[in-house]
Amino acid sequence: MAYIEFVNVSKQFPGALRPSVNNCSLAIEQGTFVVLLGLSGCGKTTLLKMVNRLYEPTSGQILIDGENIRSLPVTALRQRIGYVIQQTGLFPHMTVSQNIAVVPKLLGWQRERIERRIDELLTLIELPPAEYRHRYPSQLSGGQQQRVGLARALAGDPEVMLMDEPFGAIDAITRATLQDEMIFLQRQLKKTILFVTHDVEEALRLADKIVVMDIGRIVQYDTPFAILTRPANQFVASLVGADDTVRHLSLISVERAMQSPPPDFHVNGQPRIAPQDNLRNALSLLLRTGTQTLVVARDEHPVGILTMGQIQHLVGRVHEL
Amino acid sequence: MELLREALAYAQSRPDLFWEAFVRHIVLVLTAISIALVICVPLGVWTARSRFASLTFINLVNTLRVIPSIAVLFLMLPYFGLSFQSAAIALTILAMPPILINTDAAFRTLNPAIREAAQGMGMDALTIFRKVELPLALPIILTGVRTALVEVIASATLAAFIGAGGLGNFIVLGSQLRNEAILLVGAIPVAIMAILAEVGMSALQRSVQAPL
Repeated sequence: MAYIEFVNVSKQFPGALRPSVNNCSLAIEQGTFVVLLGLSGCGKTTLLKMVNRLYEPTSGQILIDGENIRSLPVTALRQRIGYVIQQTGLFPHMTVSQNIAVVPKLLGWQRERIERRIDELLTLIELPPAEYRHRYPSQLSGGQQQRVGLARALAGDPEVMLMDEPFGAIDAITRATLQDEMIFLQRQLKKTILFVTHDVEEALRLADKIVVMDIGRIVQYDTPFAILTRPANQFVASLVGADDTVRHLSLISVERAMQSPPPDFHVNGQPRIAPQDNLRNALSLLLRTGTQTLVVARDEHPVGILTMGQIQHLVGRVHEL
Repeated sequence: MELLREALAYAQSRPDLFWEAFVRHIVLVLTAISIALVICVPLGVWTARSRFASLTFINLVNTLRVIPSIAVLFLMLPYFGLSFQSAAIALTILAMPPILINTDAAFRTLNPAIREAAQGMGMDALTIFRKVELPLALPIILTGVRTALVEVIASATLAAFIGAGGLGNFIVLGSQLRNEAILLVGAIPVAIMAILAEVGMSALQRSVQAPL
């Protein structure tokens, strides 16, 4: 069942020539990580900010868990929704723990419960509480600030998270680390996440499903793999680089392509790869080591093999997958 | 040195007179600053949000500022006479511009991302003002108060010219009698007061400043 539902939502700002969001309908299931992807000015941020009513739709409605978001007082709605923005928006005059405590305090939690929650979240984002609790945002690196921003948004244990280009202003290496942590966190937390980005690689890495937007309209809503292999139109194809074979491989797991070893196969020092890894890394490993065959191993135990030939074969019929 | 000893002797010979002038001076300064704060902080919050208010009031206050304080003092005479009120009003006008302009700048330059984050987390407008905007604006407002305070402490000596008392009494008397020692009885406490205000306000400002 759809958890967040957009029904014919449009938004036209006063004085604008055309609507920023134009008659968008979208159903998002509970616990999915949905990325809104598109060029600057395509309406993705506007669509996002209508969920916590920072913008009000010109027409149409938005439902969360079957309930119109306008049926709640706006502050109560926002306290139930985690919100992360690009420059973190951390309050510079509050310590890390005070920043995280904002929403729990608004929700009227008891002091001990808030303190416990702060420690729990700092541990989750791997900033040891003893060391980081009393620091001010300015005493943290950009990546750490963004993690505290995430912890702050999670503090009230919201069902829905809105993230507006949260890693946009962060250097490439830190961004990759944050993306990995995000994937890891989402596996435990299973929040319903709406995540805005213009970075295709980021979208492909993080999303369960991607919403591709262009001039205010939803052009395609599907899994990363389907968007890459069956783009709805030329715009989507060029935006996501649909003819990029290596990009396709990054979305196929080794498990899917591996074969059981032939009877005469001997494990003999061949490079190993995990079944949940992707074919792009497998290809890279094959090229780097100059071998023809990889051993697929789960917990040191060989479960199959993967050859250059198999990868090539799969590339040929990727559209049938 | 001799002069200082004379000045001290003069003050000690008339303790009642000295302390009365001293207290009067401080009361004048605090009155002017308090009124200016009560008017200009809310006004600055408004001017930072409204283009109309900012054009009107910032310009008005800037215009008032160019009128010399001594002229304002004498302009007040027909209405309030030779009185404490006249002096307090003149000094209030003097204190207003730095407080208003800094309050306006403090709220105008708040990072919009921070305000948006506060809204997005579900704070209502009053909570955002109390917990986020005001604490972040406070150091800049205090810079304005510091400027105003030092100016008013110095200028409050002018009150003596219209008989409103204060440490300026000794300066006026000293200059009339061409007695530098008596003049210093007024001038030195004023200078010390101004320095203390400067140092104290700087310390206060540092204590409310978020680490950068």
